[in-house]
Amino acid sequence: MLRYLRLFGIQLRTSALLGMQYRLDFVLDALMTLFWTASSLVPLVVLFHQRSDIGGWSWPQALLVVGFFTVLRGVIEGAIQPALQNVVELVRKGMLDFLLLKPADSQFLVSTSRFEIWRGVDVLAGALILVWALVELEHVPTPLQALSSLALLCGAVVILYSIWIAVVALALRVVKVDNLTYFFSSVFEAARWPAPVYRGALNFVFTFVIPLIVMTSYPALAIVGELEGRAIFFSLAGALVFALAARLVWLRALRSYTSAGG
Amino acid sequence: MRILSAIPTMLRVGFSSAVAYRAEFLVWILTTNTPLIMLLVWSSVAREEPLGRMGQEELGAYFLAALIVRLLTGSWVVWDMVFEIRQGEIAMRLLRPVHPFLAYAAENVAALPLRALVALPVAVVALAWLGADQLSSDPLAWAFVPLSIAGAWLITFFAMAAIGSLGFFWESTLSVYDLWLGLFFVFSGYTVPLELFPPEIGAAIEWLPFRFLLSFPVEVMLGLVDRSAMVTGFVAQWLYVVLFALVAQAIWRAGLRRYAAYGG
Repeated sequence: MLRYLRLFGIQLRTSALLGMQYRLDFVLDALMTLFWTASSLVPLVVLFHQRSDIGGWSWPQALLVVGFFTVLRGVIEGAIQPALQNVVELVRKGMLDFLLLKPADSQFLVSTSRFEIWRGVDVLAGALILVWALVELEHVPTPLQALSSLALLCGAVVILYSIWIAVVALALRVVKVDNLTYFFSSVFEAARWPAPVYRGALNFVFTFVIPLIVMTSYPALAIVGELEGRAIFFSLAGALVFALAARLVWLRALRSYTSAGG
Repeated sequence: MRILSAIPTMLRVGFSSAVAYRAEFLVWILTTNTPLIMLLVWSSVAREEPLGRMGQEELGAYFLAALIVRLLTGSWVVWDMVFEIRQGEIAMRLLRPVHPFLAYAAENVAALPLRALVALPVAVVALAWLGADQLSSDPLAWAFVPLSIAGAWLITFFAMAAIGSLGFFWESTLSVYDLWLGLFFVFSGYTVPLELFPPEIGAAIEWLPFRFLLSFPVEVMLGLVDRSAMVTGFVAQWLYVVLFALVAQAIWRAGLRRYAAYGG
């Protein structure tokens, strides 16, 4: 465990050093991220200019959802997507073999192979939006509320990571899947809006199949203490199931992997 | 004349390459799902009471039409140009006796049949769900629809070509495109129907180029503008086409003067 923690530190440092080489680019990137986060608030602002709620969710509550969404997007774009895109590239070039030869868990090495630390800006921006929403609500979360929404947020990261690992496992077979990750990102945009927007079958899909509602609406409910303990428990259990399934898929894909030209 | 005779061949090449990468192409098209999400968002708000003159059905028609226009006016020149300039591959294009803009345009137009193939089911679903009531009943409007879509495509294309040409000067051009895209999302009616903006902002947005990329063709299709506004809008749109074409050409020429391939 300690060894993996140290390895994690090393991988993170390498990525940080790599990122520092292109300072201007990354500062620009960070600024663009902020611009996008701000501009994507416009529809929400216009909507609440017209109405006082979306399906019972007030402006600050919807803002909470956006806050959690922004944090998660920062995590995806900073920690999950770069590493996995890197793997797709390695598979295509037949260089994954070198990584598999190293004496550490392959899934761990694959998932930590690259970070884009500047995307951390989005996580910060998301946190600021959360604070703003809480101030508008005039609500100070109790330790239990804060803890449960944080747990749900971690669960969301696990779910996202698992979905991505499954996509990459697919890459071991069909090679060209990087635009599948773009597709997922575009679906993930739906998580920006609170749960009542999605009704009927779509609500079911976004709760149980691609659990977008669980990822952003649930933490937003939990932080104001409106989510039942049962829902929190099942969400976290669900995240665990996702993680185990992803592990299984990864190991299976690896077993049938025959390197380039196989 | 010789250049004109090259166009069918260029179109054929573009079409074949779109067909060859059809799976990838399809996934790219499927990422264009923002209008569907916005359709759900806005119609969930309009359920109890319409927003101004837009009820659930009007909003449904609006965003499905927006999706169709977006599918038909897509272009990807900016990525191609930035990549080719950086890799030096643009040199190959410069050797050919056809203006590269024309070649890029042919590649993009050639993919249109495939895009239309995806847009068609959207149109069918929209018609089956909402009936024809939502569509404009003015025959003049329907004469303007293809022209306004063509205008929207041309502005998109030349804006991309202009930003792509900046690649001759600067490596991080794609950030400029991101900026353009961010403004497009907000001010073109792609995420918010422009008439829902507060009136004082809405009046200013009407004259930005972004409206003519998406909202204007949609408004014409659905009969949301009267005849005189349609004609003024159309003139403004084509003035923007000319403006963007001139800007793109100017940046391209200035860039070319600087460009010396690699090692030059």
